[in-house]
Amino acid sequence: MRRFVLTRIGYSAVSLVLLSLTIFVVVRATGDPAVLLIGPGASRDDLAQARTLWGLDRPWPEQYVTFLGNALRGNLGTSFQYRVPVRDLYFERLPNSLLLALVALLISLVLGVPLGIISAVKVDTIWDSISKIVAMFGLSVPNFFIGLLMINLFAVWLRWLPAAGIGTWQHLVMPAIALGWYFAASMLRLTRSSMLEVLDSEYIKLARLKGLPETVVIVKHAFRNALIPVLTLAGINLVIMVNVAVIIETIFAWPGIGRLLYEGISFRDFPVVQGLVVMAGGMIVGVNLLLDLLYAWIDPRIRYA
Amino acid sequence: MASIGALARPAALRQRMGSARWLTDVPLLPTLILGGLVFTALLANVLAPYDPTLPIAGGRVFQPPFWMEGGSTNALLGTDFQGRDVLSRLIYGARVSLLVGVTGTAVAGGIGLLLGVIAGYLGGWVDQAVMRLTDAWLALPFLMFAIFLAALLGAGVLNIVIVFGFVYWTRYARVIRGEVLSLREREFVRLAQVAGVSTPRIILRHILPNVLNTWMVLASLTVGVVIVTEASLSFLGVGVPPPTPAWGLMLSEARSTLMAGYWWLTVFPGVCISGVVLAANLFGDWLRIRLDPQRRDL
Repeated sequence: MRRFVLTRIGYSAVSLVLLSLTIFVVVRATGDPAVLLIGPGASRDDLAQARTLWGLDRPWPEQYVTFLGNALRGNLGTSFQYRVPVRDLYFERLPNSLLLALVALLISLVLGVPLGIISAVKVDTIWDSISKIVAMFGLSVPNFFIGLLMINLFAVWLRWLPAAGIGTWQHLVMPAIALGWYFAASMLRLTRSSMLEVLDSEYIKLARLKGLPETVVIVKHAFRNALIPVLTLAGINLVIMVNVAVIIETIFAWPGIGRLLYEGISFRDFPVVQGLVVMAGGMIVGVNLLLDLLYAWIDPRIRYA
Repeated sequence: MASIGALARPAALRQRMGSARWLTDVPLLPTLILGGLVFTALLANVLAPYDPTLPIAGGRVFQPPFWMEGGSTNALLGTDFQGRDVLSRLIYGARVSLLVGVTGTAVAGGIGLLLGVIAGYLGGWVDQAVMRLTDAWLALPFLMFAIFLAALLGAGVLNIVIVFGFVYWTRYARVIRGEVLSLREREFVRLAQVAGVSTPRIILRHILPNVLNTWMVLASLTVGVVIVTEASLSFLGVGVPPPTPAWGLMLSEARSTLMAGYWWLTVFPGVCISGVVLAANLFGDWLRIRLDPQRRDL
């Protein structure tokens, strides 16, 4: 187990080094980092000063070590739009993103899991077909289009819900549905395949042979076990949602991390953009690591594979 | 507990949630939609009634579609904030989607194919290095990473294609490497080696033709993702630059006047994107089952 944990941590470290190295190289290959860091319209003196301050006059390997050290210490630079450290901006916006992601996750579970169960229990019937079509639409229709459609319908035409902003629960409804939409479809598919697998197993046959009522078999025996991969996916989805809500948050003017990224791009606020990508990368690499370790802990076969 | 074993790796999890083994019997609809896309893209200059980048001469801005009050048949699907014809922009937008979808997939698929074949055939430390790189890449947040790269490179069709190549190659490398690994041990490859055929020739003549099916399936499943991502990047202003008529860009331009009730500016481009992505996904699923009878989880 120890060996496995160390190897996995090693892989994650490689991922992080690659991420940082890519960002580092791409930034320098596409332009002058001093201009990016100071912002457009800087004077020559400002630029020279910034180069000294950020160590950009040093050789590349030294610059990379500095960059990595700063990132590890959580020093992501200062936004020139807001004139505050990117880290502060990030943690100011994070709760909003988490709230949105949590509600979206809930919606995806409430929609996806029951449909997936019905689809698996009534496999190859009309119910199964309906679920498949719902899933296909969920995975194909982009979330931003769902968001725009809902605004047209519920905010402009019917005037039931506010189109943008944050504050009341009404503000949450549309962005959460738009964000949860895709994930509901993926939940549906996973629940379905996981349920099918469990329903095919020996102990379910035994439960049926014992003469247990079908509802008990499905709810108590099958669903419980089928739920394990579903809940794990839910955990990862939460992290992914925080990081992919850029467009949804932009459309609904939801002041989360995604919206911050959009503002960063619009104002060419480079430290913000770079900082958010570093944070997102770190988060996803971390979750993947956690997940690998969790699986190995649950299932010893993985450790020794 | 078998289900946990199968889900051991996050990559396996991602594959599972993205894979559909059904909806096999509807190649007609997706073929029609994709055929329509190619047709429209190729003949855009013939089909479009107006120049997509210029306002209609003597026309109005925000003119609704023809069946609504205030609409007119000179602009069937209405006009946008500059008085440009929405229909013409949609027709030319098919060009951008097709171009980016196909070239983006080809570049990503090309990089993945190259790395996968090299890793699988050469084995040893090369294999180790390539696979570690692939694993690391798979752990990155794709959309954020694409946005970051696109923001740095600046708006432009070529730049987006580079970004997609850079971001989406991993799946190809992983699957094709596995395929080559087993092909390498097959008799016809062994015999070719014994007969003294050079490595590049073995790869070209004996390995590549045998991984082409898998590659096609993966490619057909990537096209949809690439088209949505292109629309997303354009929507955020780091994709296709204005005044190029791209569907994602049209949505982006319509956003500021959304509350005024000009629904046709968002609904039509959105339907186009969704329809094409749906068709691409359905087609991909169908192709997977046709070309991959063993129904592995690709």
